[in-house]
Amino acid sequence: MQQSNAYIITFSIILTVVLGLLLSGTAEVLKPIQKKAEELDTKKQILGAVIAADEIDAMEPEEINTFYQNRISSKVVNIEGEEVEEQDGAQVTAETIDVGKNYKKAPEDRLYPVFIFQEEGNEDAVASYIFPVYGNGLWDNIWGYLALQTDMETIEGITFSHAGETPGLGARITSTDVQERYKEKSIYDESGELVSVVMQKGEGKDYSGDPHKVDGLSGATITADGVNRMLKSYLEHYKAYMEKNKEGSSRMASN
Amino acid sequence: MSTDTAEKEIALKESEALLSKRRKKLMTDPLVDDNPITIQVLGICSALAVTTQMQPTLVMALSVIFVMVMANLSISLLRNKIPTRVRIIVQLAVVASLVTLVNEVLQAFAYDMYKELSVFVGLIITNCIVMGRLEAFALGNKPYDSILDGFGSALGYSWIILTVAFFRELWGSGSLFGIPIFDGISSLFGSDFQLATNGLMVSPVGAFIILGLLIWVQRTKTGYVEH
Repeated sequence: MQQSNAYIITFSIILTVVLGLLLSGTAEVLKPIQKKAEELDTKKQILGAVIAADEIDAMEPEEINTFYQNRISSKVVNIEGEEVEEQDGAQVTAETIDVGKNYKKAPEDRLYPVFIFQEEGNEDAVASYIFPVYGNGLWDNIWGYLALQTDMETIEGITFSHAGETPGLGARITSTDVQERYKEKSIYDESGELVSVVMQKGEGKDYSGDPHKVDGLSGATITADGVNRMLKSYLEHYKAYMEKNKEGSSRMASN
Repeated sequence: MSTDTAEKEIALKESEALLSKRRKKLMTDPLVDDNPITIQVLGICSALAVTTQMQPTLVMALSVIFVMVMANLSISLLRNKIPTRVRIIVQLAVVASLVTLVNEVLQAFAYDMYKELSVFVGLIITNCIVMGRLEAFALGNKPYDSILDGFGSALGYSWIILTVAFFRELWGSGSLFGIPIFDGISSLFGSDFQLATNGLMVSPVGAFIILGLLIWVQRTKTGYVEH
């Protein structure tokens, strides 16, 4: 069957309009629900740095929201570690800051959210500090939340997420057993230098005796390098804030 | 791509039973004898990628069933209107829209699944099974038959990836749908008894092995030989 060009063009235009309306319609209807799901997911990631993954999985969405509201307070700081409440006349809150967008700016111009995990029932007692981190993996962006104990050098916990790392290889940064490896590691060395925690090349070695090294991801060295760069750079950015807020650490006390 | 079943425009009688023999065949053929994965070896990419665990595999299977049935239906309804010269683009537009719909719905109602699957749900667009059925069947057959054909092919795809996922999750992670099975078995025999998981099953290589075994078993039984 041979159709005229006019028919083909008309058909294509009608098809495009119909499909376009259908898709934009659904997107518009589902947007508020998607936004809620996304916010809940961010809260889960933040909480994931300080409480166990299976505990979070057991919680209903409302429970997560109330838990978050009761136990997490947040503030925004700049690279000097000073608290920022307004920027360009608009109020800033940690929850609304897009760390990914800020990542594109120069480190000095970025805003840095800090999430504070409070002791149960006592709003003034800090249990740990949670810092968002952001960087590049192999294919796309990676990000995460790093929780430090109040000495500002021992890692309480960490969560990672990614946009497009290879399943089974780089995407393993999201698995609990990889994230567990960071627990109790220290980001400062003996001389007080910020050395971060470095994921090693290769997998299967025991680094439990070394406070600055964790076992690597076999077949995902570039993702692991990305994680290392991300942690190092963001710890540097938060350094000023950390210095100001650290309590007498165990290492300091023993010196 | 096997287009054997393709241009068989079948002359329909006035009133055919809702599930006549011929129509049943449309649905059951792709399950074993003309299975899109094991016989036609299509859609392997997603079959390897999503099958590490049962749950995402199930979501993927349901998505493919939805996309294939709806795409087959839409193309079949439009089959006399679609200009032949742009038919591939039209098919692509319809499939892409359906896949985007699935993705949006997952993002709203199953965010965890969305995060895990989004890349692969997107890849349904390029899944040869979908385009293959549109081109080979829906363009030349009536809507109801096309629905059955799409459903059958999608089911053929689904049971294979679910079987692969069953063995990969069981042997690779020692669980099914996230429920630890190996730990449960071990605890029955006391603390000394441990079932080891096989890391190979978690990597894509594991899927190749399971799929290869499946194809072997199936072809031994059916006596199918590639020509």
